[in-house]
Amino acid sequence: MSDEILNLSALQLDALREIGNVGAGNSATALSQIINRKIDMTVPKIAIMPLGEVPDVVGGPDAMVAGVYLRVFGPAPSSILFLLPRDSAFYLVDMLMGREQGYTTTLNSMDESALMEIGNILAGAYLNALSHFTSLTLLPSIPALAMDMAGAILSVILIQLGQMGDHALVIETEFTTESDGVKGHFFLIPDPGSLNTILAAIGVKE
Amino acid sequence: MSELIKVGMADYKVGRNPSSLISYGLGSCIGIALYDAVAKIGGLAHIMLPDSTQARSAENPAKFADTALPLMLDEMIKLGALKPRVIAKIAGGAQMFTFANATDVMRVGERNADAVHMLLKKMDIKMVADDTGGNYGRTVVLHLDTGIYRVRTIAKGEKEL
Repeated sequence: MSDEILNLSALQLDALREIGNVGAGNSATALSQIINRKIDMTVPKIAIMPLGEVPDVVGGPDAMVAGVYLRVFGPAPSSILFLLPRDSAFYLVDMLMGREQGYTTTLNSMDESALMEIGNILAGAYLNALSHFTSLTLLPSIPALAMDMAGAILSVILIQLGQMGDHALVIETEFTTESDGVKGHFFLIPDPGSLNTILAAIGVKE
Repeated sequence: MSELIKVGMADYKVGRNPSSLISYGLGSCIGIALYDAVAKIGGLAHIMLPDSTQARSAENPAKFADTALPLMLDEMIKLGALKPRVIAKIAGGAQMFTFANATDVMRVGERNADAVHMLLKKMDIKMVADDTGGNYGRTVVLHLDTGIYRVRTIAKGEKEL
């Protein structure tokens, strides 16, 4: 019944990892062009973990992070969350606004817009890859931003998953710049049912 | 010995004086603290969803308010708490992201808070403090020596319930 994700085959997990890989690659390229820095990304991790452990991925539930959240509309509704540790968010904002590093200590509304736009571009690049693989038309909503405890921000997507089961399928990529100034985590969380739609669209539904 | 007992998401713990119960980073989830001031025994539940009957899976009872609370109360009674003396304090239920056209999915914090209010009434437990809503995260600590429920936030300071 529930927790369908516990029954995914190795082939299905590989397929999802490959989508994550290309999607995140697109996003990293987009980010690299905006900030004009080389971006390294990790090979996407695909993990199935108890819901309560997801906040540990980004430093624990009380770590201070900036989160850009978007809904994905279309045949496979999902959520996208881009999380940056606070210092990375400040660093990124300074870079985008052409300010000296270390200048930003709180975000003004212009800074917030800039971060949301980054989230928007990353999500767009990611969804492009996903749409390409699946031939599904997937469109992002406008982004929303919050700067708060990681557990609180993640609760938004974890609660949606909690209605289905006790585990989360996390497709996660970490971005780092060469100077190691910016770290980010990118989460794609399919709504209940959407995972099946995606698996069927790429032809690995059992 | 004074001990700080951690309560994870979709979990609950009980304890007695002089320990404290803590749960980090509540967003739309709700931290429900139950406390018997005479026995100095309490419990803290970090629930994610209001109602186990509407969900498609019910494996972890600590995830839902309606299944977590009776279990936690039972454990408190086993430690020596008396139900008529037990009071409740709640915090959390925020809406972390604001969209112009908030759908039901986004308003889960509000729905959680409403459901917990109704559940406490049904269980005949008096709610003496309520710090729900807003758009910010909370870390909560229940001090079992005093029954003080401390709510910490990043931007809105700290308060004692």
